[in-house]
Order: sequence, then C-alpha cells, then structure tokens
Amino acid sequence: MDKSSDIELRLLIEAIYLKYSYDFRDYSGASVKRRVAHALRQFDCATISALQERVLHDPSAFMQLLQFLTIPVSEMFRDPSHFLAIRQEVVPLLKTYPSIKIWIAGCSTGEEVYSMAILLREEGLLERTIIYATDINPASLEKAKQGIFSLENVRAYTANYQQAGGQRSFADYYTAAYDYAIFDKTLRENVTFADHSLATDSVFSETQLISCRNVLIYFNKKLQDRAFGLFHESLCHRGFLVLGSKETLDFSAYSKQFEPLVKQERIYRKS
Amino acid sequence: MNEAQANPLFGIEAIVVGASAGGVEALLTIFGELPEGFALPIIAVLHLPDERRSQLAEVFARRLRIPVKEAQDKEVIVAGTVYFAGPGYHLSVEHDRSLSLSQEDRVHHSRPAIDYLFASAADAYGKGLLAILLTGANQDGAHGLVHVKQSGGTTVVQDPDEARIAVMPLAALALHTPDHILTLSRIASLLASLESSPC
Repeated sequence: MDKSSDIELRLLIEAIYLKYSYDFRDYSGASVKRRVAHALRQFDCATISALQERVLHDPSAFMQLLQFLTIPVSEMFRDPSHFLAIRQEVVPLLKTYPSIKIWIAGCSTGEEVYSMAILLREEGLLERTIIYATDINPASLEKAKQGIFSLENVRAYTANYQQAGGQRSFADYYTAAYDYAIFDKTLRENVTFADHSLATDSVFSETQLISCRNVLIYFNKKLQDRAFGLFHESLCHRGFLVLGSKETLDFSAYSKQFEPLVKQERIYRKS
Repeated sequence: MNEAQANPLFGIEAIVVGASAGGVEALLTIFGELPEGFALPIIAVLHLPDERRSQLAEVFARRLRIPVKEAQDKEVIVAGTVYFAGPGYHLSVEHDRSLSLSQEDRVHHSRPAIDYLFASAADAYGKGLLAILLTGANQDGAHGLVHVKQSGGTTVVQDPDEARIAVMPLAALALHTPDHILTLSRIASLLASLESSPC
C-alpha cells in the first residue's frame, strides 16, 4: 500500500495536469518527490494536499511551484569536450547544408543557446541557421531571451569556452555592467524562443541538429521514449542528436534508430 | 518466521553505502571480502571533487570479485553488482528499482548526496534495505539514515572511534540510533554473511 504522502504526490501531479496541462506524470519520481518536499517548506504548507489546494485555486502559486518543479541548472559550454567534439565532428557536416535548423529542447535559462550561437558564429554558420529554443517554463524562457548572466558565473564559463575550442576572447561576446554580463544581442537574432513540452506537444519543424542536454534524466523511460520519438521525427535524414554527458539512448526503444558518432560525448546520428 | 527473528538481516534486498573523506580505503575494506556471485545489489555514494572523470569504478573493479560500474541513468539494478554514483549528479533509486540521475542543488556541498540516495532507496526497498554510513568530514547521510529507519530498513554506522574522520558517523549518531555500530571488519563480515541468507 502506498504511503499517504505518495498518494498526495500523485494527486498533486494529476491536479496540475488537469488544471494547467503541465504533465509531470512521467517524470522520474525520486527527484519530483524531493522538489515538492522543498516547495512545501518554501510555501509553508504542512502537507502536499494543502499545497494542491493553493495551486489549484491560484495560478500565480502554480507558476511559483513550477520554478521548483523545473531545474534551471545550466552553464555555458558545459562539458567543454562535448562542444569541442561538435566543432570538430559535427560542424564540418553541418557546413554542407545551405540552411540549418537547430532545436535546443529544454533550453532553460539560455546558457546552452548562447553557447551554440557563439560556436556557430565562429564557424561562420550562424547567419544561415535558425535556432528554436524551447522550454516549458515561461520564466526561464524570459531569462533566456534577455541573455544576461551573472559575471561571476561568466568567469567560470570563460574557461569552459577556451577548453571548448573557442577562437576569440570570451569577453568579445558580452558587455559587463555591474555584476552582470549582457550578451551580444546579435547572437539571438536567429533564435526563436518558444513554449514547448516534450511531454505533451508534437514536432513543429524539420531540423538538422537537436540538442537536449540534462533534460531527459528527469523523465522516466516512457517519457524519454516519447522525446526520442519527437527527435527522430523532427530530424532530417542523418540529422544529429546531442545529449547530456550522463544521458544515453542505450536503454531506449530508439537505440537502433540512432548510431553514435562520438559516443563518449553523447553525439548521435539518425541512422 | 523463526528464521526472520533469529536473523535480523533476513529479507535484505539491497545495500546502500555512503562515505566521504577516507572513504576509498573504508569501502575497499568492507567490499574486499564479498564473494563471487554475491546475491545483492550494492549502491554507493562516495563524495568526490566535482568535474573530474571518476576512476572509482575502475579502481574497485580491479580489486573486487564482483562486477563494479558507474551508475547510469535509467539503468535497471542488477543483483550482485556494485554501482558507484558518478561525479556531479545525484543518484536515486526509483520505485521500479531502476537508477536515476539528477542535478538538483548540492546537499552539504555535495553532489552526489548520500541523503538523496538513502531516502530514495528507502522509498523503493522499505524494510528490504540495509544502509551503511562510513567515515567522512560532513553531515551528509544522517537524515538519509533516519528515512531508512522510518521506512523499516536496517541501519549501520561505522564505529566513530575507528573512523578515519569521525564527523559523519558522529553526525548520524546525534540524529539517529542505528541498529548497529560496527568496525569496518565487522561490516565486511556482515556483508559477506548476507550471501548465505536464504532469499
């Protein structure tokens, strides 16, 4: 028999889905449970049922809860060797396309988007690329659109950028103002930021490359397979799929539909 | 029934272990006697400096008689295997007894956190869980042990007198009275004895 708190958690997730159409039903349970427990303390609610009542009757409370349910942990050029491998192994093939569409799925607050845009600019591809940057969290998307990051973090990103094969001074891409780095807005001229859920929405465009990093670890296998299905459908023949350093297609129903290009860096190609 | 009463470790289905500073040596001691064909899965968090590609699984694989690997996301837990949490990600056990990774905030400055592994494994295995907390210089694992106990599992804390760094065992003992306080060699014999328990 389930514990009461497990029942309450399921009911909360169901209520959120019915009321707001955000679908966390197939997220990995252990992490969702911790995040809701964390939210309980911040909302000063004694039980998940109490939180459910607040969220059902107050959309702004739901938007607050959404900030706990999504994990905006990101950095620029995270796992530099991954970006170096994209530069060395994927870019030469991307250059053969007259125009390029890239989907960054689960872009969070945009660090991944600006990293990709900088890489493409240095490779002379940004002008003929459209980047779709999608996320379920409107607050994260808003932040991504602004392209303003804390200067302290940007110092750490500088080392990543250099290790990732960066060709210039990282400071060329932003203006420092007080404690913030404001990124060059021309980097996002060809970026479309959009609300999109891998759990409930469908494919919106054909793409040549999809980057979805540190998103799928929060999904259970069933939802991972849904996401892989969308990626497979969206990618053109021989298109590229890049995942986070701990994410793999190995346990997926789609493992046969992709082949590793640089396995260590989680770069796959549609077979 | 009598057997269950006589052996408090009857019915253990999985083992989780947490260690921090001094942990490599301690883990080598307690895993060193595990026989080939050991019947239970072992899932371990050993705190590591972040951003480093972990060699733990390789180091232990060379020294142990049972398979050792770094835990992968969505991997189904297999008996007789030792899983190590990799650096930079929390490691959890899901209800379906698979492993999952996440990047929530650090706990006690650590990612992976022992508390997260212990609490999620307690949810998945209930009374079938044996949790062991070893040497370390922070407080991680103490709350996790409480969760294990509340879910009906069995808890073991390394004897702080013997621990290389006693802070972690002492923090646990301040919060929770474990089923056993044992030296590393006693923990090693206890683990090795589990293999002969009827399943």
